[in-house]
Amino acid sequence: MAAPEQRRIIFQHIDAPGYSNDLACYVKHGGYEILKKAVAMPPAAIIDEVKKSGLRGRGGAGFGCGLKWSLVDRKSGKPIYLVVNADESEPGTFKDRYIIHQDPHQLIEGIMVTCWANNVKQAYIYIRGEMPHGARILEQAIAEARAANFVGPNILGTSYSCEIYVHRGAGAYICGEETGLIESLEGKRPYPRIKPPYFPAVLGLYQCPTIVNNVETLCHVKHIVDMGGDNYAKIGTPNNTGTRILCVSGHVQRPGYYEYEVGKITMGQLLNEVCGGPLPGRKFKAVIPGGSSSKILRFGETFTLKNKDGSSRTLTIEDIPMDFDTLAACGTMGGSGGVIVMDDSVNMVEALANLNAFYAHESCGQCTPCREGSLWMKKITTRMVHANARAEDGQLLKSVADQIAGRTVCAFGEACSWPTQSFVAKFGDEFKAYPETKKQSKNGDALELV
Amino acid sequence: MNLKPATLQRIDELITHYPVKRSAVLMLLHAIQEDVGYISDPAIEWVAAKLELQPINVYEVVTFYPMFRRQPIGRRHIKVCRTLSCALMGGYKTCETFEKEFNTHAGPTEVSPDGEVTVEFVECLASCGTAPVVMIDDELHEKVDCAKAKQLSDQIKTEAKKR
Ligand SMILES: Cc1cc2nc3c(=O)[nH]c(=O)nc-3n(C[C@H](O)[C@H](O)[C@H](O)COP(=O)(O)O)c2cc1C
Ligand code: FES
Repeated sequence: MAAPEQRRIIFQHIDAPGYSNDLACYVKHGGYEILKKAVAMPPAAIIDEVKKSGLRGRGGAGFGCGLKWSLVDRKSGKPIYLVVNADESEPGTFKDRYIIHQDPHQLIEGIMVTCWANNVKQAYIYIRGEMPHGARILEQAIAEARAANFVGPNILGTSYSCEIYVHRGAGAYICGEETGLIESLEGKRPYPRIKPPYFPAVLGLYQCPTIVNNVETLCHVKHIVDMGGDNYAKIGTPNNTGTRILCVSGHVQRPGYYEYEVGKITMGQLLNEVCGGPLPGRKFKAVIPGGSSSKILRFGETFTLKNKDGSSRTLTIEDIPMDFDTLAACGTMGGSGGVIVMDDSVNMVEALANLNAFYAHESCGQCTPCREGSLWMKKITTRMVHANARAEDGQLLKSVADQIAGRTVCAFGEACSWPTQSFVAKFGDEFKAYPETKKQSKNGDALELV
Repeated sequence: MNLKPATLQRIDELITHYPVKRSAVLMLLHAIQEDVGYISDPAIEWVAAKLELQPINVYEVVTFYPMFRRQPIGRRHIKVCRTLSCALMGGYKTCETFEKEFNTHAGPTEVSPDGEVTVEFVECLASCGTAPVVMIDDELHEKVDCAKAKQLSDQIKTEAKKR
């Protein structure tokens, strides 16, 4: 079946000729009309629309956005904060970058609609440190929006006031984790907080109720208010509504970002048609579907899933629709939408060694299983590649990984052990054969991964 | 501490963004590092005094976040992405090219013998679709294969000569 057309809602103006990131251009394209519509609606009505829309967070966990907002403690008498997660640090993910650089007002409008709906008077955009231009563009855009009365005191002639400030990170992946991010925003080391009791919706920034949402999620909010929650819910597939941006990188002919209705395109259509298939003379070997932390899939494997009526169906990787629920049923996740593709030139031990070096570098060090485990997984895979490898190393790696997940304050524990667990489970043969593989390889132009 | 008037002004403005002064630590450190190149002991004490904190509160931040550095580095900062998508497209070779061109080793505090560059191998820069990617100072460069790395190195050398 031919791949469907892209449905560009969030990326409508990305790379469009003549579109610039200033306020005048945004307003010319209908910008801030939805904020005007929003401030004429009761806040609770907006939250209802977002609930009806079925929007799920685009930052990684896919948590219901309306549900998240309804968990906010509104009786505490404390201010409610919105924190925009623009840390974009999950390897394989590169979508928020384009919104921030090319269409910052779309984000600002989404933020202001969200703030109005949740009675937030202060929002912070936490942008990763390695996007200095992005931070400047956002500051400039906020200043423009403030001058035009879309942000700041008494917006659009109402009695409602709300400020947005930009806060820069400084190169630590763990700041993408929402409670680590909050600690960082408080000026501390980003050690994630334990939940319970520190659910951001109750005890977040400055121990006040706080909403943390991803950049793309907040852009969707704007369009939900525009078209209404019910209409938005018709886009995509049930329980996996709307569009989402898929970021494809690695070994395909046309890597890049593509926006599709959730679940309307399969992995096979995405990789073979949209991205042009494997590089010349190569075959796909493996794919990580939702950012580096999601579990890897091996081309050739099949998944037998239960249908609602009790019957079952069998899918190949190519058959998997790119939605949250099917990917989860296949033992992995939609995560952040970062699809990393590897072809048959890649040795899986070496690819894992690359990722293990990332996680060992990024563990915050707070929990012993994660700090020590991520380091040992890195040491083992690096030794396998650069010194002596043993046939039983796969099992050793698995035993380390199995002692991390579920034993840490935050989900980094899962994030760092899932690659090792899934690589060893799916490519155990390659781990066993690695000592032999090394003896036979000529070490000439081989792709270096670690 | 000898900060430019514009930096001092920016710092005073930044502090007003937060109901709790301590929150401004990262933004102040960025402002200072952009002005003077690194975070010295006096800078740590200055920030602590400015935000009514103990120096340890600032020190623990500086030593955690990879982007803050305790000593000066090369005049130009070359960050090559090391993570998987870039590595799959030859990122390790790209890094090697820069190392060779400037006769240095990648490392957060290594400086080339001429003092011109620091080459650092960093983690994912969120531009994996245009791998391998490199940041030179604040500028992102995409699809930097060995040939392009050589070209960028030549450019840096030419700019250095003009100085
Ligand atoms: C280790 C780790 C890293 C994360 N990195 C990011 C990130 O870079 N950007 C992001 O939006 N969410 C990231 N998240 C998810 C956030 O914790 C949080 O769930 C998300 O920002 C919520 O927004 P959403 O509901 O709109 O998706 C990360 C989570 C973990 C555990
Ligand atoms: S892996 Fe290099 S930019 Fe993401």
